[in-house]
Amino acid sequence: MSAEDWFREDRLPHIFCAGCGNGTIINCTLEAVDSLGWKIDDTVFVSGIGCSSRASGYIKTDSLHTTHGRAIPFATGVKMAKKDFNVVVFSGDGDLSAIGGNHFIHACRRNIDITVICMNNQIYGMTGGQGSPCTPKGAVSTTTPYGMEENPFDLCELASAAGANYVARWTSYHVKELTQAIKTGLQRPGLSFIEVVVQCPTNYGRRNRLRDVQSMISAMKDHALLKEKRDRLLAEGKPIPDDMFVVGTLTDRNRPALGVNE
Amino acid sequence: MQGNDACAEGAVAAGCRFFAGYPITPSSEVAEQMARRLPKLGGTFIQMEDELASMAAIIGGAWTGVRSMTATSGPGFSLMMENIGYAAFTETPCVVINIQRGGPSTGQPTMAAQGDMLQARFGSHGDYSVIALAPSTVQEMFNLTVKAFNLADRFRVPAFLMSDEIIGHLRERVEFPDEVECIPPKTIREGMLPFEPEDDLVPGFTPFGKGHRVHVTGLTHNEKGYPASTDPDLHEKLVMRLVEKVERARHEIADYDIVNPEAEIVFISYGAPTRAVRQALLDAPGKSYGHLNLRTVWPFPEGLLKKFTNARVFLVPEMNLGQIAREIQRHVDQPVIPIPRLGGALHVPSYLLKSAEEHE
Repeated sequence: MSAEDWFREDRLPHIFCAGCGNGTIINCTLEAVDSLGWKIDDTVFVSGIGCSSRASGYIKTDSLHTTHGRAIPFATGVKMAKKDFNVVVFSGDGDLSAIGGNHFIHACRRNIDITVICMNNQIYGMTGGQGSPCTPKGAVSTTTPYGMEENPFDLCELASAAGANYVARWTSYHVKELTQAIKTGLQRPGLSFIEVVVQCPTNYGRRNRLRDVQSMISAMKDHALLKEKRDRLLAEGKPIPDDMFVVGTLTDRNRPALGVNE
Repeated sequence: MQGNDACAEGAVAAGCRFFAGYPITPSSEVAEQMARRLPKLGGTFIQMEDELASMAAIIGGAWTGVRSMTATSGPGFSLMMENIGYAAFTETPCVVINIQRGGPSTGQPTMAAQGDMLQARFGSHGDYSVIALAPSTVQEMFNLTVKAFNLADRFRVPAFLMSDEIIGHLRERVEFPDEVECIPPKTIREGMLPFEPEDDLVPGFTPFGKGHRVHVTGLTHNEKGYPASTDPDLHEKLVMRLVEKVERARHEIADYDIVNPEAEIVFISYGAPTRAVRQALLDAPGKSYGHLNLRTVWPFPEGLLKKFTNARVFLVPEMNLGQIAREIQRHVDQPVIPIPRLGGALHVPSYLLKSAEEHE
């Protein structure tokens, strides 16, 4: 078996735009499940609505492509009805943190034994580039033509505060670190949340002076601050630049979890 | 035993082993009883964060091949509409118990109503079909819950038990049969696609973990289960099949009692008002009024109306403003007179008799 064997080949080509980073995240995820020796017929991928959520349809396992925001409660049903399934959720920032925000909080609180991977492109990509709860302040979208006025969510802080056992953030540039984080998350009992900041040149980049893929990826890379470096700056009393976001393993613990297959 | 408890016992007897729900008056006893019963039977009870999640969770549970159910009342039923549409479109067998209360909005949490009868049939967006049963005794809370599971599996649809606060909280003697008939969904036949219909228009079921590797989507999908949402003919064919598979079986699904089919004045009722009609007929032994009690409301078994060959008028007591009376009128030439009762108090039998006498 290799990661490629997990693809539902008769569904390709995919619908993602040129330069989209979602495929990279699917690749990293399938590398991770394959390297752990997971079986296709023991694994269920669940997703909601949006670009990210098309991922479940390109994978050969049994899969549920559900309603907007509801991937987690569907996944909760699968996991709680049959605990021997490995259950992985793909979601996007709008799906997970706006319409599905309450389900996300409660899944973290329950610390249910599933893995949630959020492709955070900071925009509603599928519907044409409207602002999301993760659109950075000042960024232009079709519904924030004068720049986003609201504060964005920090999904990792939210997941950690609500009780998730494992929380990590990477970007689609950090392929190795991301694959390792997904692997760790898949193995950790309880809720694992991996946020992946991902480029959307079509609907985010082009309205925010990041029209080409390379400049988007460079921007992600340049604004990603390693957790260890952040901690060092804090210890030294130095300021953390406003426009940076932290990447790395942000929470890793073993609190009691729900739905663990004994 | 209380109606809501009898419903939970029916679910357990039918092999339901997954329940996801959210507390709401007057249905909460169903959830409470499932919470007590399921863990001891190797099943799972989970209290979700809301009814959107409850409906989603039972669909997830159903796809693992486990009989799954939720219970709610009007406000929660409204929230479930989103994923009820998903269940109908993805042909997911599941059972929803609705112990109806007075609406709209928060309305009358502790009082009975039948205001969700059209919502049950048409509440989610798009065209689809479902099955809805209506009990009028505590025994039927048990029996029809079992039946709802079998029908949900047989037709791969959400099946509703459209009860109400009166029957849900009524206490009556119930007899549990030694064994109940549980008919699982037919499995997919060799060489067939996961959403390819058989002659009865229902595809064989492909639960997760059995190597079917099925993709289930709420997008318009082809027989493989893959999205195909821009093909007009495919969409039309799919939606027509989902409606037809239930509607053309409506006389197979029909469950009813008929009293005095030669009558000229005929009552039609379902749920709690059936009790008032039965008492009215007992109170007027000299009159020969007819009565059709519907235990199946959807798909509407309109052929039964033709059995009343001499009927001049149909009187329809409902705890709403005539939701099913409107459906009946679509199928008959005779006048259909709604006898609405809102507010939670059941129709008084003498009032029903007075209404009947006005048409003699």
